[in-house]
Amino acid sequence: MSALTTRTGPPTLTGGWRAHRVLERNLMVSKRSWVLVLSGFFEPVFYLFSIGVGVGAMVGDVQVGARTVSYAAFVAPALLSSSAMNGAVFESTLNIFFKLKWGKVYDAMLSTPLRPADVAAGEIGWSLLRGGLYAIGFMVVMALFGLAESWWTLMAIPAALLIGFAFASVGMAATTFMRSWQDFDLINVVTLPLFLFSATFYPLDVYPPAIQTVTRISPLYHGVELVRAFTLGMFDWSLAGHAAVLLGMGLIGLRVASGRLERLLLA
Amino acid sequence: MIEDLVEAEGLVKRFGDFTAVDSIDFTVGRGEAFGFLGPNGAGKSSTMKMIGTVSPATSGTLRVLGMDPASQGRQIRSRLGVVPQDNSLDMELTVEENLMIYGRYFDLSRREVRARIADLLEFAQLTDRRTSKVEPLSGGMKRRLTIARGLINRPELILLDEPTTGLDPQARHVLWDRLYRLKREGATLIITTHYMDEAEQLCDRLVIMDNGRIVGEGSPRELIDRHTSGEVLELRLEEPVGALSGIGDHTEELADRVLVASRDAESALAEVHARGINPAMSLIRRATLEDVFLTLTGRTLVD
Ligand SMILES: Nc1ncnc2c1ncn2[C@@H]1O[C@H](COP(=O)(O)OP(=O)(O)OP(=O)(O)O)[C@@H](O)[C@H]1O
Ligand SMILES: [Mg+2]
Repeated sequence: MSALTTRTGPPTLTGGWRAHRVLERNLMVSKRSWVLVLSGFFEPVFYLFSIGVGVGAMVGDVQVGARTVSYAAFVAPALLSSSAMNGAVFESTLNIFFKLKWGKVYDAMLSTPLRPADVAAGEIGWSLLRGGLYAIGFMVVMALFGLAESWWTLMAIPAALLIGFAFASVGMAATTFMRSWQDFDLINVVTLPLFLFSATFYPLDVYPPAIQTVTRISPLYHGVELVRAFTLGMFDWSLAGHAAVLLGMGLIGLRVASGRLERLLLA
Repeated sequence: MIEDLVEAEGLVKRFGDFTAVDSIDFTVGRGEAFGFLGPNGAGKSSTMKMIGTVSPATSGTLRVLGMDPASQGRQIRSRLGVVPQDNSLDMELTVEENLMIYGRYFDLSRREVRARIADLLEFAQLTDRRTSKVEPLSGGMKRRLTIARGLINRPELILLDEPTTGLDPQARHVLWDRLYRLKREGATLIITTHYMDEAEQLCDRLVIMDNGRIVGEGSPRELIDRHTSGEVLELRLEEPVGALSGIGDHTEELADRVLVASRDAESALAEVHARGINPAMSLIRRATLEDVFLTLTGRTLVD
């Protein structure tokens, strides 16, 4: 039985990150549940039908800066942004909580060369991979609706990924502090107002300045602005600021999540 | 090439105020089968996790494969085979996929892992279950799969935390056979167990652990020679134990029987009868590690 002979040299260490192995594991699992994976695509598309097309027929056009656009064109980027948020939050909270509490998957991973940071980054990467696929699907639907005006629209995909990164990281970090399923009710308490009040369904300037200031605190608002700028082809320097907020949020979340995983799993 | 694969000195593990491993010293030489024998809560798993670099030592020094677990954990783990007490198999994957992804965690190519899987499945006698999910497998099958998984990277050092606990006698013997084969092929094994027969069967050398401390060390033979009289007379009596005074080297009263340690249990039994004592049950046997444990701690191993 030659395969079991010991003293063979160790596999070469490539060093650096191995987060992609965690991604590979999730891909292996999801091969069997691709219907569930696919379902994530329909949420924003259904919203686009009902709100963009349905409500849009009654609302008419919307003024965005100097431009007048159809309501569907206004709301589509916001729907893409919110679904990027929701997908990332779902993936990084409920799923991760389950794996932390009952699955022994992480314990097994950590007895191999993988480290807690690989686990954190891999899980977030997995949620981004799915989010990216949904974003691409949504783009196709937008194009079919005539809502994709220029090639700049494609840039909404990386923008949606940035939203996913920000929320997946923070969601995962938050999950490491949760003790029971009850704590998850808090997630809706946070994400629902974000979904409704982040300049999602109407432009920011319909509100008085005080409320506008509150909205600007919402990370989703920065995401919506970023994605909308690309789908409407309206750029200025504020975009860099929006992107920086999301990137910062994601990096801090990732850092906290890795540190917490290390404390929880390597006691 | 280093000769001592694990060296521990004054190794301590604390959880808050509680000391699970209380300053232990041991070394494990290359090619050895080394055991930690001890009851529940002795600190065996805590020690294994420190060796496996998945739990930082509170204090003391520990070197594994000549490296420092705190700073070189990844390099150490790449050469380690780990069989944790709770299996930690991936319930969402099949038998074969469990082996495949585990190999991938070690950065092995798919082609390479596939080649190894065939051998490992055969080793674990799971070839016909390769596409089965893990959940429905029997305890023994899961254990064998976990061991196979721990071998995927062809480790130099294999950590087996209670490899046969919870298995029926037949499944245990199958597993012992597998582990014996690994040792013959040159692997270094570290085994924890609370079965003295397992320790006797598998270990070249072992330490006896109790309450986080090491209370005895040596080969099974040495421990038995050093800490017992060689033979044991087991009795179930109506009379108080005092009636046996002077018989054998030492008597130990357990809940349901009395153990008389003696170099010659046959004559000890004759003496019992000569005193007109009629035990409800009497049994003569060789002393085991169980008796060593009893001598060293005053308690039985498995209760
Ligand atoms: N993460 C932890 N936090 C707090 N206490 C712990 C932790 N892990 C282990 N302990 C305690 O440390 C002691 C030693 O545990 P350990 O698991 O090392 O024992 P063991 O010898 O492996 O026992 P068993 O035969 O039951 O597996 C136990 O009292 C246990 O409760
Ligand atoms: Mg244990």
